[in-house]
Amino acid sequence: MSSQANVLFDAPGPRARLRNNVLTLLATVALVAIAYFVYARFDAKGQWEGRIWRPFIEASTWVDYIIPGLLGTLKAAGLAAVLALVFGVVFGLARLSDHKWIRTPAAAVVEIFRSIPLLLLIFFIFYLLPSLLGGGDYTLIALVAGLTLYNGSVLAEIVRAGIRAVPPGQSEAAYAIGLRKGGVMRLVLLPQAVTAMMPAIVSQFVVLLKDTALGYIIAYVDLLNMGFKIIPAVNFGSLIPAAIVIGIIYVGLNMTLSALATALEKRSRRSRKTSARPIVPPGAVMGAGGATIAVD
Amino acid sequence: MDELIKYAPDLLRGFLHNVQLSVVCAILSLVLGTVLVSMRVSPTPVLRAAGTTYINVVRNTPLTLVLAFSALGLSDTLGLTFSQEPSSNAFWLVSLGLSVYTASFVCEALRSGINTVSLGQAEAARAIGLTFFQSLRMIILPQAFRVVVAPLGSVMIAMIKNTTVAMAGGYLAESAFVMKDTFDTTGASIPIFLGIVVAFMVVTLPIGFFTSWLANRLAVVR
Repeated sequence: MSSQANVLFDAPGPRARLRNNVLTLLATVALVAIAYFVYARFDAKGQWEGRIWRPFIEASTWVDYIIPGLLGTLKAAGLAAVLALVFGVVFGLARLSDHKWIRTPAAAVVEIFRSIPLLLLIFFIFYLLPSLLGGGDYTLIALVAGLTLYNGSVLAEIVRAGIRAVPPGQSEAAYAIGLRKGGVMRLVLLPQAVTAMMPAIVSQFVVLLKDTALGYIIAYVDLLNMGFKIIPAVNFGSLIPAAIVIGIIYVGLNMTLSALATALEKRSRRSRKTSARPIVPPGAVMGAGGATIAVD
Repeated sequence: MDELIKYAPDLLRGFLHNVQLSVVCAILSLVLGTVLVSMRVSPTPVLRAAGTTYINVVRNTPLTLVLAFSALGLSDTLGLTFSQEPSSNAFWLVSLGLSVYTASFVCEALRSGINTVSLGQAEAARAIGLTFFQSLRMIILPQAFRVVVAPLGSVMIAMIKNTTVAMAGGYLAESAFVMKDTFDTTGASIPIFLGIVVAFMVVTLPIGFFTSWLANRLAVVR
C-alpha cells in the first residue's frame, strides 16, 4: 500500500466508519461465499479425498517428479538468462553505435524479435532444427533459443535505456579527460548504467522464468510438464493437487525474484556511485514497491 | 512461397480466431483490471488484501499453467462448462484464463497511474465532499487512465501475442496451432512463419503507434 493511495479517503468519521464496517462485512461475506463455493465444488467432485493428495507427502513424488521437473525449468531458465543477457548487451550497445550500418540492423533485429509471439518462435525453431541438423531431441534447444531471442531483445532495450539514463555530463567529462569511445563506455557509462538497469533486468528474468512453462507445449520436461502431465498420469485423479503444488512453487520462485528486483531498486535509488536513476524500460509498468514489472 | 499461398486460407482463419480472442479478452481484462484496482485502493482492508493476493498469485503464475488449469482443472475435473460444443467451450475457457491473467497487469498499470495523480486532486475531491467511489470515478481514474495509455497499450499487445498460447487451454483453432499442424505436414516453412509473424505485426504495431500517439495527446502537464 503506498501512502499516495490512502489520501483517496479521509480519516473516517462516525458515518464513514459505519460505512466501512458494513463494506468490510459485505466483502468478507462475499469472499467467504466464494471460498465456500470452491470448497463445495471440490467436495462434489471428490477433490478432498486423501488418496489424491497423498502423493504429495510422499518423498518419491518429490524425488522422482517434482524436483527433476524443477531442475528442468531452472536449467532452461538459467541457460536462457545468461544467453539473453549476452544478446541484450551486444545488441543494446550495437543500437547505440555511432555507425549507421551497425545501428540499423541491430535495431531491426531487436524490434522484430520483440514483436514475434514467443510460442511461434519456439515452434519455428523446434521444427527448423531437425531439418537442418537431423533427428534428435531439440526441445531444450528450441526453448532456450526462443527465450534467448525474445528476452534478449527486451534486455537490449533495457541496456540501451540504462546507458541513456546516465546524464550526458558524465560522458562529456570522460571525453574531456581524454578517454576514447570504448573507455567512456567501459569505465564511465556501463558501470553507472548497470546499477540503474539491474531492477529492470531482474524483473525481465521473472518473465523469462514464467515463459519456460511454454516448454510444456513442445513436451520439454519441466516443472509444468511433470506436474500436469506425468504426476496425474501416474497418480490417477491428482491433477488439481498437482496444479496447486506446482503453482505454489512457481509463485514462490517468481515472488522471490520480484522481491530481489524491489530490493535492488531501493538500493540503486539510494546509491551514490551512479548518477543515473533506475529506469522504466519501454513496455514495462511501475510496480508497487518501486521496481518495474515486465509485462508479459 | 508456394506453401504460404497454399495454406493461406487455413492460416488466415486461424489468425481470425486470435483476433476474436483478443477482442473478448481486451474487454474482459480491462473491466476486471479496473475492478481490481478499485479494490486495491479501497478503504476496506479486506478488499485490499484480496486484491493484493489476487495480483501476487496470478501475476507470478505462468500463463501456460493458467490456461492448462482452466481446461484440465476447471473444466474437465471441476465441471465448469460454458457450452456443450467443445470448441466454443474451449474458446470461453481460454478467454477466461487469458483475461484473468491479463487483468493483473491492467491492474498494476492502472495503479501506477493512480500513483502519479497529484495529491492535491484527491484532497480537493475530498474537500468538496466527494465520497471514495465518487472521487475514484470522477477525479482519480480518469486522470490515471490518461497517464497509463501507453503501458496499457503494451499490456494489450502482450495479450494479443499471448493468444497464441491458447492451445495449452485446449483451444485448437488459432494460428499457432494451425502453424504447428501445417509444419507437421510440410516441415518448417520460413514463408508460413513469416506470414503469421507479419499478420501479428499488422495488428500489434498500429496499436503501439496509436497508443503512444494517444498518450502524447492526452498527456497532462504537471
